[in-house]
Amino acid sequence: MAVKYSTALAGSAALLGAVLCTMPFLGSTSIHFGRAFAGISPDKEIFLYARLPRVLLSGIAGGGLAVAGVLFQALVRDALATPFTLGISSGSALGAVMAICFGWSAATSFPVVWMAAFAGASVTVLLVMWLAAVGRRMSSFTLLLSGVTINSICLALILFLHYLANFGQSFAIVRWLVGGIDTVEYSTLAWLAAVMAPAVFYVCLRGRDWNLLSVGEDWAAARGVSVSRLILTGYLLGSLITGSVTALTGPIGFVGLIVPHALRTRLGADHRILLPCSFFVGAAFLAICDTIARIVIAPTEVPVGVITALIGGPFFIWLLRSKRKSLWL
Amino acid sequence: MRDAGIRFGGVEILSGVSLDFDAAGLTAIVGPNGAGKSTLLSILAGLRSGYTGECRYKGREVSAWKRRAFAREVSFVPQSLQLEFPFTAEQVVFMGRTPFCDGLFESPEDAIEVERAMAITDTLRFRHRDFGTLSGGERQRVVLAGALAQRPRTLLLDEPATFLDLKHQVEIYRLLRNLCREGLLALVVTHDINLAAAFADRVVMLANGRVVADGPVQSTLTRASISEVFGLYVEMHEGRDGRPWILYGG
Repeated sequence: MAVKYSTALAGSAALLGAVLCTMPFLGSTSIHFGRAFAGISPDKEIFLYARLPRVLLSGIAGGGLAVAGVLFQALVRDALATPFTLGISSGSALGAVMAICFGWSAATSFPVVWMAAFAGASVTVLLVMWLAAVGRRMSSFTLLLSGVTINSICLALILFLHYLANFGQSFAIVRWLVGGIDTVEYSTLAWLAAVMAPAVFYVCLRGRDWNLLSVGEDWAAARGVSVSRLILTGYLLGSLITGSVTALTGPIGFVGLIVPHALRTRLGADHRILLPCSFFVGAAFLAICDTIARIVIAPTEVPVGVITALIGGPFFIWLLRSKRKSLWL
Repeated sequence: MRDAGIRFGGVEILSGVSLDFDAAGLTAIVGPNGAGKSTLLSILAGLRSGYTGECRYKGREVSAWKRRAFAREVSFVPQSLQLEFPFTAEQVVFMGRTPFCDGLFESPEDAIEVERAMAITDTLRFRHRDFGTLSGGERQRVVLAGALAQRPRTLLLDEPATFLDLKHQVEIYRLLRNLCREGLLALVVTHDINLAAAFADRVVMLANGRVVADGPVQSTLTRASISEVFGLYVEMHEGRDGRPWILYGG
């Protein structure tokens, strides 16, 4: 167990390391490793201020979304549950769009959009939990169905606000429809890391409890877990992670679906292995996707959400089909 | 259990149920569908909060126990277990060690307990297999191993032998009887009235949420009580050790 744990952890961390080292050097303009480190213009600027922060942001975002995916899957006990399919990503995006549209962000500086995105995620989560509480025993089918509904309602509201908005606002809103990674300030990255690191670390530490919860609530309770407190903690941390990421990137789908599922088939279901590895592999996956997004029709860039959806959509269908097979055959 | 007892009374599905379990032994809870057997068991396991009356374990209300401390005393085997995620059989058994674990991973002592529990339930052969690929009977034994790895003083089982073949049914009950002789208190909800008759020290018969019979096998599993509660024609025969052997539905 311990050997497998450290091998998997080291392997996925090494993968992320390799990705982080190579991705900043790929792009529409080629830069040279030696020149960038020697501080020669423009390679140094492109590396340090354009590419590196963007790769780092995609890494933190991808890791966070993958961890949130594993977390929601354990909470809902369904491999199809992700921040995206539960409607939390788009709820968060709606919060951000409302902040832009109603000019809340004009009054103060940056964090208002962020806070609105987190509030949007929390409201969606509360909605999900309320729907879960109505039937006493929550069914993952109902949850996913309502998640899909919430998802389309939020996207419709974003589109509606888009038509009400003036030209400048409408440009800002479009990027909230499909998530994308932008170049950000290092201070913003530091803020994001400061929120994400403790949340992700804590989620990983509770791995054993997620194992029990993913089997069943009574199962966990009969083995000494305070189930309702654990579920509340899980939903809060999940929306914090999703909200923080979405505030900077918009709703990026499928990372929280593909990465956990692929890792589960390789490593098994133990959340103590699955969670940290999902963070590393999710980070590497989104960093690669974003690099593809940067270069596929260079010099124009595609939002990374388009790339993850193009890879993730077919994967999702395959997952649904294989799931059906296991149910009926 | 020596100085311990479980008392409790009055629930919607169950009403006016008063039972004491104060000695080691195998108690079978029998009755028709919807009689409240599983509800009774889940209240005893501390999994239901909305009951009225009282349900005490070792003198303290079940809901007042710290979950972790309670899990070191009492373990619960659910009716059937479906897993969404690919845990191996061994991982499922390891989950029983949760109330004793402090770190992120289990200790070598936990591994010894798991090995022991899997050995006596005959599940070591498929310890590394995905739980979802096991047959119903194999799953049931793995779940039982998980409960035994918890080293409980009291074991609550909901239909533990339902999916098992004849040999494993008998082996599970033999195992439970032996553990009870060593001091375990086991409460088994079962539909198999003959297994109850052959192995139980005590039988509690429920119907419509009430206790209709409670006591040793010979005085509870009678022709009159069974035919009344289940609404069936029954014949009583003499089995081993003077225990009844019941033919029904003839």
